[in-house]
Parts: sequence; structure tokens; C-alpha cells
Amino acid sequence: MAADPLIQVTGLRKTFGNHRVLDGLDLDVRVGEAVAVLGANGAGKTTLLKVLATLVRPTRGTAIVAGHDCARDPERVRREIGLVAHGSYVYEDLTASENLTFWTTLAGGRPSAAALAGALATVELDRAADERVRTFSAGMKRRLSLARFVLVRPRVLLLDEPFAGLDQRAKKWLEEHLASFKAGGGSIVMATHSFGRELAVADRIAILAGGAIALDTPRGALSADDVQRLYALHAEDAC
Amino acid sequence: MLTFARRAFIVVWKDLLVERRSKETLNALFFFALLLLFVFQFAVGPDRERLAGTLPGLLWLGFILSGLLGLGRTFVVERENDCWEALLLAPGDKSAIYVGKLAGNLLLMLVVEAILVVLFGFFFNLDLGAVLPALAVVIGLGTVAFAAVGTLFAAMTAQVRARELLFPVLLLPVQAPVLLATVKATEAVLLGEPLGSVAHWLKLLAAADVVYVAVGVLTFDFVLEG
Amino acid sequence: MIRPIGGVTLAALAAGLVMAFGVAPREATQGNVQRIMYLHVPSVWVAYLAFAVVLVASIAYLGRRSETADWVAHASAEVGVLFTGLTIATGSIWGKPTWGTWWTWDARLTSVSILFVMYLGYLLLRGMIEDRERGARYAAVVGIVAAFNIPLVHFSVYWWRTLHQPPSLMKPGPGTMPDVIVAALLVNFAAFSLLYVYFVAKRVRLLRREAEAAG
Repeated sequence: MAADPLIQVTGLRKTFGNHRVLDGLDLDVRVGEAVAVLGANGAGKTTLLKVLATLVRPTRGTAIVAGHDCARDPERVRREIGLVAHGSYVYEDLTASENLTFWTTLAGGRPSAAALAGALATVELDRAADERVRTFSAGMKRRLSLARFVLVRPRVLLLDEPFAGLDQRAKKWLEEHLASFKAGGGSIVMATHSFGRELAVADRIAILAGGAIALDTPRGALSADDVQRLYALHAEDAC
Repeated sequence: MLTFARRAFIVVWKDLLVERRSKETLNALFFFALLLLFVFQFAVGPDRERLAGTLPGLLWLGFILSGLLGLGRTFVVERENDCWEALLLAPGDKSAIYVGKLAGNLLLMLVVEAILVVLFGFFFNLDLGAVLPALAVVIGLGTVAFAAVGTLFAAMTAQVRARELLFPVLLLPVQAPVLLATVKATEAVLLGEPLGSVAHWLKLLAAADVVYVAVGVLTFDFVLEG
Repeated sequence: MIRPIGGVTLAALAAGLVMAFGVAPREATQGNVQRIMYLHVPSVWVAYLAFAVVLVASIAYLGRRSETADWVAHASAEVGVLFTGLTIATGSIWGKPTWGTWWTWDARLTSVSILFVMYLGYLLLRGMIEDRERGARYAAVVGIVAAFNIPLVHFSVYWWRTLHQPPSLMKPGPGTMPDVIVAALLVNFAAFSLLYVYFVAKRVRLLRREAEAAG
């Protein structure tokens, strides 16, 4: 492919106090590609996502999203990305509909009632539209979190352990939702530490260990066991 | 420009909705105001002469104490719902969020101040009818200044460890000139003097309002970042 | 670089003290205690200088994210608080024998006390934030607010004191001042300014070393 990768991370280093979390990390993500970043807890997956999300500034190195530098031009990057992380990013006292109205308007949109209803239907929350988020399950909150990006479509979805805490039905829904996001031309960077069905949507697997990418391989025909073996191999090496 | 206004407005709308559903802040502040009345009455005593002299100071003391409580909570809803980062990530000019929060705080403070004025009038047996418009002008100007810096500092201290200590420690010294101006102006107004006689104080307050809001709008980005 | 500044500073301070306590004339009504003015007034001038530097450095930090700008702002605020404290202390010492009281709500003392507390808050904020980058950013914002507040403090306190009260006796004197008094004030101002530069330079060097050590 002749075009530059949508995301280019080069020599990324991040130090917190005395602790060097990321050290010399390189990663490219193309348009319409989904990369699963595998790593143990504390390996730096969340930090990597936060750098890409412009929430954390690199100590050294660069992270470029859609041609904009995450550290120097965060506002431009923010227009291209959507982050779904541990925080649900929704207000518990508001209904699903009100939350969506708020976040969409804050992002500069002017959603009509029909558009809002349509977005909620996409994430299968249309029947709970007027219920307060306080009553939602983890899966429903995750779906509402994703609904924010239906009306204001970013080019990249950054997901931190998106399948965690979801039941089977919700996991299946998420898999389909991410697949259709990719089909629409979106890229995905997904951090995870399990080898389950989240890998199904990934085109590539990057193993993060020792602060850098220890292995970057197309997922292709790799089974969950293959991945687990590779992970054990490279994560061990790097320690 | 219109988008900015819409975004600022949606922040106010959201905060009012949350407040209406949870009813936390306004109820608590109302009771706090009532408590202050009692404390003041016991501290100053029934002597009407002494009361007349200290009234402007007490009134603003009441405004400031309730203001500190209310303003300090500006971003609590974001912290509790884990929405702080999401606010930062929402594309667009972040100062619209500042303006929205400022408007919400202003509304909240003005309501509490109105309640306090009514309570003061009731408990201390004052006839405020004639001076109400002039009083409203002074209170309005002073509250904008207080809320402007308070909203900015509230954002800063929201993520700091000893938030409840640092917020008043930072805010009160900065508000000293505003307090001087408002108490002096209130003094004159309560004595029935025309607003013209305290024009210099009002100009100072207006200048403070402009400076504080401008600095808030220009620096809020840097504060929200993290 | 710092040592020669230190040397010149010491010389200037010595000259200043000589001017204040030897050369300048003895004041008629207040006696020798009035000589404290030669420390009190330059002290407050340097404090204002320090806070102006904090403003500039704070803006520079937010604009360029330069660590040096942050160190200069930090150091300047500390030295500024030091000189503000000195102003209050000398004002107090001057006041006691002159009016029989340690404290008076004189316009200058009141303004300076408000500044003292404002910038103490600035330093407290810095002390309470562990993340260096966030601490620098927040401190810069507070530094800017505080600086723009200074004229407001000035006018409000001045009107508060002088509209119903006679102006402060602590002013060096209206209109014409004998040259020798002006000279003594200026020498001490120069000496204190050099002291300010010396302190800030040393502090910035210390802050840079601390940052390097932390990696």
C-alpha cells in the first residue's frame, strides 16, 4: 500500500518518575486495520493507548495519528480518535439519550432526535434510551460509550480491554460492531491481556513486553493456542 | 461562534439536569446558608447598632463561605463519573466548557445569595425593598469575579490530593480586592446611597470581572489537560 | 558565573548598608529607626520585580513548555515571597517604635500581605502536585492570575485606606526628596536586585540538578 500508515509510533519512551514504562516502541497501523496489542498487566498497553489518545505526553519519541503529532497537535488528533477505556465516560444520573445528546453536542454536532434514536438503535440501547445509566449493566455502559462514536465517527478507535466484564451476548455484539467499524474504513488499536475472541477482529497481533513491541505478526490463521505460545515465548524473552 | 455557545450551553444543561436529579448541591447549600444565619446571630448578638455596622461584611462572608462549598464541587460530577478525560478528548475549543461551568456556577451562587439576602432580611428584620436593585448590581458584579476564578481553580484542584484545603487557600487571597470592593459598595448601598457614589468600586469590580473571565478562557485548556 | 555575581552582590549590599546607616541623614521625628525604610522600600520593589518575572516565565512556560521557564518561575516566586516577607518584617519593625504597634492596616503593608499569601499559595500548590509537568502547568496559571491581580489589590487597598483615613506615614515623603535619600534608596534597590538575581540563579541551578537526577 502506497499511502502512509494512519498511525505511526516511533521510538516511543515514557517514564513516570523513576519507572520506565515504554522504551523504544515502534508501531504502525494502516487505514482499515485492526491491531491487538497483547501484554501483561503493567506492561504499558494502557500507557500506549493514552499516548495515542493524547492523554499522556511521551518522554521521548513520536506518535503520529492521521498526520498530526499527538504531543504537539493534540486537538487535531482528538478529532480523529475515539477512546473507550476503563472509565465508562457517561454520566450515571442522565439517561442514555441525554448522555448521547451531551457528548455529541460537545463534539460540535447538532443531533436531531431521529439521529440520536438511530445511534442508540445501532448499539441496541433504543429500548433503554430513557433509562438512567445508573441502572445499566457493564455491557450496556460499554455500548453507550461506543454510541458516542456512531454520530461523530472517528478514524481510529482506541480500546482498552473492551471485552472485559462482558457476557457472551455482549461480546458477540461487540465483535460484530468492531467488524462493521473496520469495514467502514476505520482502524482499531485494541489493548488486551487475554487471548479470547477479541483476537478474531484483529488483523495483526503485537506483543508488548519490556517496554517495546517484542513481536508484530499478522494474525492470519493463528489459533488462540498459537498466540498464547508466542506470547509466553516473547514475554519471557523480554523479561 | 454559535457552536461555541451551543457547546457551552450543553454543559450548563447537563449540570442542571444532574443537579435536578441528584439534588445534592442546592439542598445542602440552602441548609448551610440557614446555619450561617444562626452562627452570625450568635456571634454578633441582638444589639441592632452593632448589627448594622457588621451587616455588609457578614453578608459577604456568607456568600463567600457558601461559594467556597459550591464552587469547590464544580468538577466533582466529572470525577465521580470518570468523565474528566472524556471532556478533554471531546474535540473543540475547551474554553466552551469553562464558560458553561462558569455560567452554571454563577446561577448556583446567585440563587444561594438571593436566599441569603431574603433570610438576612427576615431574621435581622431589615427592609431591603428600596435598595434591592442597587444591591443586585453589586452582588452580580462581585459574584462574576468570584465564580470566574473559582471555576478555574476548582478545575485545578479537582485532581489534587488535598483539594478541600488547597482550593480556599488559593482562591481567598486572590479574591481579597473583590471582597474589599463589594463590602464597601454594599455598605453604601444599604445606607441608601446611590450607585454613583461607589462608582470607583463598581469599576474595579467590572475590571476584575473582565480580567478574570479572560484569563479563565485563555488558560482553561492548560488546566483541563490534566 | 554565579560566584562573581555573588561577589558584586556582597559589595553592593555593603555599600547599601553604609548608605542607609551612615551616609543618609537622621530623620527628625522618627529617629534612627526610620533608616529601616532603606531596606523596606527596596525590598518591596524587588518583590514586585520578582512577581513580574513569574508572570513572564509562566506565560513563556505555557507557550513553549520550556523547563527553564518553569524553573525561573518557581525560583522567582520563592525569592519574591522571601522579599515580601522581608518587607512585612521591616514594616513591622518600623511600626513598633513609631506607632507603638507591631501591625497596622497601612495601605502598603496590607497590599504586600495579600501578595505574600497569594504567592505562598502558589508555592503550596507546587508542593502538593507530584507530577512535575502538571505542577508546572497549574503553577503557571496561578502565577498569571496572581500577577494580573496585583493592580486590583493595589487600587482596592489604597481606596480602602485613604478614602477615609490620612495617607500612610510610611511613604518616603511627598514630592521632593533630598538627593542623598534617593541615592541611598537606589543603591539598596540595586543591591537587593543583585541579591535577587543571585538567589534565583542558584535556585534555578538547584532545580535543574534535581530534574536531571530524577531522569
